[in-house]
Amino acid sequence: MFANYDKIIERISLNQLWDFPGGVHPPQQKTLSNQSSIEYLQVEKTYYVPVKQHIGIEGKLLVCEGDKVLKGQALTTSEAPFSVPVHAPTSGAVTKITNHVSAHPSGIPELSVIIDADGQDTWIELDPVPDYAKTSKSELIERICDAGISGMGGAGFPTHIKTNNSKPLEFLIINGIECEPYISSDDRLMREHAWQIRQGIDILVHILQPKQVIVAVEDNKPEALETMSIACQQKINYQVVSVPTKYPAGGEKQLIQVLTSREVPANGLPIDVGCIMYNVATCYAIADAIVEGKPLIERVVTLTGEGFKSPKNVWARLGTPIQSLLTYGDYDQSQQSSPRFIMGGPMMGFTVTSMLTPIVKISNCILVPADNELPHPEDERACIRCSACSDVCPASLLPQQLFWYSKAKELEKAEEYNLFDCIECGACAYVCPSEIPLVHYYRQAKADIRNQKEEKEKSDKAKIRFEARKARLLKEKEQREEKHRLAAEARKASLSTDGGGTKDKIAAALARAKAKKEALAKQEALAEKEALAKQEALAKQAPHIADLAESEKTKAVSVSEVSTEVVASQTAQGASPAKDSPEDDAAANEETKEL
Amino acid sequence: MTLTVFALAAIALLALIFGALLGFAAIRFKVEGDPLVDQIDAILPQTQCGQCGYPGCKPYAEAIANGDDINKCPPGGETTIRELSALMGVEAKPLDAAHGVEDVKKVAFIREDECIGCTKCIQACPVDAILGAAKQMHTILIDECTGCDLCVDPCPVDCIDMVPVEVDSSHWEWKFNKVPVGDIPIRQMS
Ligand code: SF4
Ligand code: SF4
Ligand code: SF4
Repeated sequence: MFANYDKIIERISLNQLWDFPGGVHPPQQKTLSNQSSIEYLQVEKTYYVPVKQHIGIEGKLLVCEGDKVLKGQALTTSEAPFSVPVHAPTSGAVTKITNHVSAHPSGIPELSVIIDADGQDTWIELDPVPDYAKTSKSELIERICDAGISGMGGAGFPTHIKTNNSKPLEFLIINGIECEPYISSDDRLMREHAWQIRQGIDILVHILQPKQVIVAVEDNKPEALETMSIACQQKINYQVVSVPTKYPAGGEKQLIQVLTSREVPANGLPIDVGCIMYNVATCYAIADAIVEGKPLIERVVTLTGEGFKSPKNVWARLGTPIQSLLTYGDYDQSQQSSPRFIMGGPMMGFTVTSMLTPIVKISNCILVPADNELPHPEDERACIRCSACSDVCPASLLPQQLFWYSKAKELEKAEEYNLFDCIECGACAYVCPSEIPLVHYYRQAKADIRNQKEEKEKSDKAKIRFEARKARLLKEKEQREEKHRLAAEARKASLSTDGGGTKDKIAAALARAKAKKEALAKQEALAEKEALAKQEALAKQAPHIADLAESEKTKAVSVSEVSTEVVASQTAQGASPAKDSPEDDAAANEETKEL
Repeated sequence: MTLTVFALAAIALLALIFGALLGFAAIRFKVEGDPLVDQIDAILPQTQCGQCGYPGCKPYAEAIANGDDINKCPPGGETTIRELSALMGVEAKPLDAAHGVEDVKKVAFIREDECIGCTKCIQACPVDAILGAAKQMHTILIDECTGCDLCVDPCPVDCIDMVPVEVDSSHWEWKFNKVPVGDIPIRQMS
């Protein structure tokens, strides 16, 4: 099935790699930005730090508006396993915690901490690990989490989750491919900070204990290959590999296939085939976190495209609005007829919706193309079934079928054709002669499927609640009827005993009165006596009825307290005694009326 | 002659054996088919709003099973109609406007300072999504609310609003026409 370990090692040492299906060769354009070293930026006035910058759940806020924060201070804390904290990029004051435009294609505002810098840029007290080799794995993993590290290659998966691995690991793969055109942030990082990346790898090796480390760099970055080779040369089980340039060789599954010939199963993880992969920037951040105690507050961002007069790489703090980066790269407005800024590369990036969009942990590039550099998307034409898309799909899918099913909203069919294996690399859209924005359709279809699944869950829940309520109402009704029946019986019983006697008395009195009337014997005194007797009888009856009504009321309350399953039903029940009591009063009235 | 009798007897015997076998199998391996009403009910959105003219989703499911139109459910909209048409084998029709139009997803919201605690909305809510008690402020459990609108009318002081559910980026449907700018630059000049 899979190539075994020794075979892979042998092929790698001979530099005979495998290949992944499909792929494209877009013009590289890397020299635009990779000629000069990474520049440090001045401290910004204002930073917009989104609370959630990774896949998973956002952390819990630790600061309030008005708080003073120091550089590197945690703004959120990781509570759930899938949450990763964010940190203050500089010292200053939290001016606002509000929704701010997100670094997402939609630009939908998301909760962000807005920090005004005080210009001092004072660090919090750093707490480095003196000797990581003597530190327990769990503590190192916790520190990686606390430093806010999530995958910096693109997906933003929480690094501590990936690192908390208990399965046997053969290959620790360090991804320095950077296959997307234009971007050179990892390239510069490897050239300038190979040693720190090596430190990060050492820490990962200590935690994960892999059999072999493979550092993969695309062969269009000879300098980075060299620096990484020098940095890793003393370690016998570290191998720096030059991978042929092809897009998207940097995709996780694709790179594993190239290096080991193993295919990650459709719903599986790389660990299922004995691999774990980290981006070089993530390794750098891990070294920062463990060796220096610094949380992740900045990353290398490529400023590139012909719209910049001086394209370059910069260390941008997380939360820097792209508007300031444009100034650093000398944005040349004359190159663009209408402003167009792309976050990410030309294949997988997106056009930002606002100049205040912040840099987040996964933003590796700001691309500002000149008008003729990247054409605006043209109108799509009909699919001519050329199948060029299936030839280039690195996931061996059928993009054309996926496109049809996605467009026709036949989502089940699209799922059957493995829509969720699509890595959204854009290779298919790149070659499509009909200019169909294929990935866009896939993304829509994926979002629709996810939303529908969620809706289905919700509707199932609603159904359960609806039925529970119906059952409860029925039960209540039965109880009420039972109560009324009991009350009626009690009434009947009381009428047949003493109630009957009263009636007789009244009848007798009436008869006597009639007799007296008929006899025309106007003995008023006697009549008065009779009337008194009648009143007395009534008075004797009344307290008894009141008692009866009272006991029923308490019964109703106790019944309603028993059936308290649902919270809402509880409160609805709470209201029911009040609702029931008028009925009881009415019942009591009825009884007095009958008399 | 005896041969014919023998052959007939053999065939009759075989028929008996297989008949018994089939009969046994029919009872023993009887498939409890999902009754149609339940299948229809599973497609309906369970909003329980009654816009279809029936007192809930299940009654409408029963009505559909008895031949009622499939296009009376506004909360389900086009998707539900399509699924129903596939299940029932009838033509998918556009939504019957007499029963309402497909709308963005909404949830009820009680302006709490105006609530007088009359419990009327609690009695109206089909899914027990309202929390409150007599003379106490009421509130809505957003996660449970189906957006059926039934609590709005009973409220004597009109303090219930139906507010559209805000989309976050993880639920966004990649519809660029709803945001001012933005598209995916997936074509690079070669
Ligand atoms: S975007 Fe998806 S379908 Fe298109 S080539 Fe890439 S993986 Fe294949
Ligand atoms: S490349 Fe474009 S036109 Fe050709 S088959 Fe694929 S979707 Fe159709
Ligand atoms: S709270 Fe109102 S809108 Fe929501 S489910 Fe209950 S009755 Fe319907």
